[in-house]
Amino acid sequence: MEATVEVTGLRKRYGPAVALDGMTFTVAPGLVTAFVGPNGAGKSTTMRVILGLDRADEGSALVGGRWYRDLRQPLRHLGALLDPAALHPARRGRDHLLWLARSQALPTGRVDEVLRLTGLESAARRRTGGYSLGMRQRLGIAAALLGDPPVLILDEPFNGLDPEGIVWMRGFLRALAAEGRAILVSSHLMSELQDTAGHLVVVGRGRVVADTGVAELIAAASGDRVTLRTVERTEAMTVLAGAGATVTVTDRETLTVSGLPAGRVVALLNEAGLPFSEVSAHRATLEEAYMELTRDAVEFRAPRPEAAR
Amino acid sequence: MTDTITPYRSTVPAARDGLPALVRAEWTKFRTVRGWVVAAVVALLLMPLFGLLGAAGSHGEVGGGPGGESRAGHRAPPTGPGGEAVNDGPYFVHRPLAGDGTVTVRVTSLTGVVLPLGNGPGGLGGPAGGGPAGPAGVPPTEGGAQPWAKAGILLKESAEPGSAYAAVMVTADHGVRLQHNFTGDTAGPPGAVTADAPRWLRLTRAGDLLTGYASPDGEAWTTVGTVRLPGLPSSVLAGLFVATPGDETFEQHLGGFESIGEPAAATATFDELDTQGGFAGSDWSGQRIGATGRPGGAPGTGDPLVEGGFDVSRGTFTLTGSGDIAPFVTEGAAAVERTLVGTFATLTVAVVLGVLFIATEYRRGLIRVSVAASPRRGRVLAAKATVIGAITFVLGLVAAAVTVPLGRRLLRDNGNLVLPTDGLTELRVVVGTAALLAVAAVLAVAVGTILRRGAGAAAGVIVLTVLPYVLAVAAVLPAGAAQWLLRITPAAGFAIQQSVVAYPQVGHPYTPVAGYFPLAPWAGFAVLCGWTVLALGLATYLLRRRDA
Repeated sequence: MEATVEVTGLRKRYGPAVALDGMTFTVAPGLVTAFVGPNGAGKSTTMRVILGLDRADEGSALVGGRWYRDLRQPLRHLGALLDPAALHPARRGRDHLLWLARSQALPTGRVDEVLRLTGLESAARRRTGGYSLGMRQRLGIAAALLGDPPVLILDEPFNGLDPEGIVWMRGFLRALAAEGRAILVSSHLMSELQDTAGHLVVVGRGRVVADTGVAELIAAASGDRVTLRTVERTEAMTVLAGAGATVTVTDRETLTVSGLPAGRVVALLNEAGLPFSEVSAHRATLEEAYMELTRDAVEFRAPRPEAAR
Repeated sequence: MTDTITPYRSTVPAARDGLPALVRAEWTKFRTVRGWVVAAVVALLLMPLFGLLGAAGSHGEVGGGPGGESRAGHRAPPTGPGGEAVNDGPYFVHRPLAGDGTVTVRVTSLTGVVLPLGNGPGGLGGPAGGGPAGPAGVPPTEGGAQPWAKAGILLKESAEPGSAYAAVMVTADHGVRLQHNFTGDTAGPPGAVTADAPRWLRLTRAGDLLTGYASPDGEAWTTVGTVRLPGLPSSVLAGLFVATPGDETFEQHLGGFESIGEPAAATATFDELDTQGGFAGSDWSGQRIGATGRPGGAPGTGDPLVEGGFDVSRGTFTLTGSGDIAPFVTEGAAAVERTLVGTFATLTVAVVLGVLFIATEYRRGLIRVSVAASPRRGRVLAAKATVIGAITFVLGLVAAAVTVPLGRRLLRDNGNLVLPTDGLTELRVVVGTAALLAVAAVLAVAVGTILRRGAGAAAGVIVLTVLPYVLAVAAVLPAGAAQWLLRITPAAGFAIQQSVVAYPQVGHPYTPVAGYFPLAPWAGFAVLCGWTVLALGLATYLLRRRDA
């Protein structure tokens, strides 16, 4: 089975509220696909449709070319974390994984393996009612990994994690993707996915607003802006403008140069014999790129009160 | 960028998919919530607890002797060929019969009287010390014959109480009957016997087969029926008999049931007696068949009406007797299921467990994890029903199997009458109790799935299943309403616990208060199963159709 998720033209209404309005995207293997958008954009609904929990009115959501509902022992094909609070509080963490393992006829050894992978060994024999949100997220990830599936779908896995946990989660997701898994991670905070996501699907009001590789997006958002610090401000402006750059003054010793790569700026300054103390290419953060991308999209400014589910 | 990616392949070894895996998963779910395990143990303990407390607090009320006599406890009633408790106290005038033979006789009258309390002991199950009794010593009231007063031809294995027999007879209100071995009853021509309308009767033995005939004139004969008494010895007793049940009135009141019983006597006259076949000798001897379980037949009271007797004068036989020959019927309180009164408590806990088993998943959102693990949702429900059904069945079986023998011993030690039950019936009562719990718990799972709310579902199932039963057996409801409820609600399933049999040939109020359900044991159980199947069907449909 191919490790992909293909979502095509999903539509779903809850009464008068449109939850999904032609949602279409693909989750490819080997990288983390960030699934972002404001609350109510349809992220969770899409995930529930992929998992066969909710029924779409139209469209298809295929896991490795098949509907989830047709999968036998589905946790071996797709692991999901939708709601970390979906636990019986009186059940121990390990027992929660144990019943899931039984349902997929998985060996008990897998339970201890995923506990180790998620760093939950010490809490495994405690009742989940006493878990922090971060521990529940880890238990949810452990449950998703139980069947060692090639596809992972995680809804807001960073919620409730402490900074250390966020770093752990990023590294963990990168490592899982590097193994060739297809991973869809929803989030409403882009900064969480910095250095993790390889692909970005931005949604709003039930449909895809942007579907792009993260590298290209950041390059585009960064532009060719170079920050230059020099005491010979006027001369530098003359030289660089002469080479075709647009130069603006940022403050007394700092200029922002657009239209020339940093190497070319350095070469031109050297030719002209002008001193400088800093030349740095500006690199946009994922968050900045995301803001740029969604700046004009009305979906992100006036969200109508749509059903949250 | 995907060019260089090798899609991931799961390293977990493949295994068999299917319902057994889901059943194991649901079992793991159950046993890993300590509260549920504790509740299951409590449910198991409630049944013996109630049963033994009830038995311990119940001291023999049965068979108290006539006023002031020591209450030495009951005499166990004899058992018939089928193992059931019987009354066997007719007045029997007989001669030995070897091999085949025929008796023909004309019955010209059957009358009866009610003997006032004081001549005989009080009614079974009535309040100690008798009820609203007339003053002792008043002469017999002319109450007329009891509806089931009997007179006719009796052929009996021996004079031993409980021995096999067949009899063709007239009754006061139920026409001609052919009865055998206490439980068998076949109706013949209707009509009462009077001097103007006597009734001819004939009983023929041919090997194991006994055939009863009736005739209005001794010429035109109707076959009432033929019965087989396998193993009937060649040498038997045959002759005439008269028998009558006591006069009992029953009253249901809130929380209970009262019966006021007075012994009765019946007198019948016969003539035109003719015997054919292997009769030996010519002397008829009369005797009252031994003591009966039913008080009122106690010998040694010295009252000729109670003792019975016969008189022959110019070919006319006059027989008087006060005992019955019929199945021993009493309220279920004396039956083995009395020890299982705690079933309703165990059932209540089982229902709550069944509801919680699914409703908690809805409450916590865990149902999504469950159906994501098994997208074939019907199987999730099937696995849950299997697990909760198996758990409640096993705990019910253990509880009932422990409670019945212990409870029975305790009841007997306290001087209570416990009716004998044949092994198969007792097995049905014990296994049926377990099945009742299991099916009700599955019903609870189904209703919990439908409603998705624990409290509402538990209340609903308890109101449907436990409440009608409690209201009916505690006599909160009038008998008619109770019977109606126990026909249509899932509480009908409690019928599976009934070991006592309602015999139409014995006049008795066969009401829930007395331990008689309106439906036969398996029919009542089928009603519960029907409810459960319907609820499971609806639950499966909704579970599949609804977004999880």
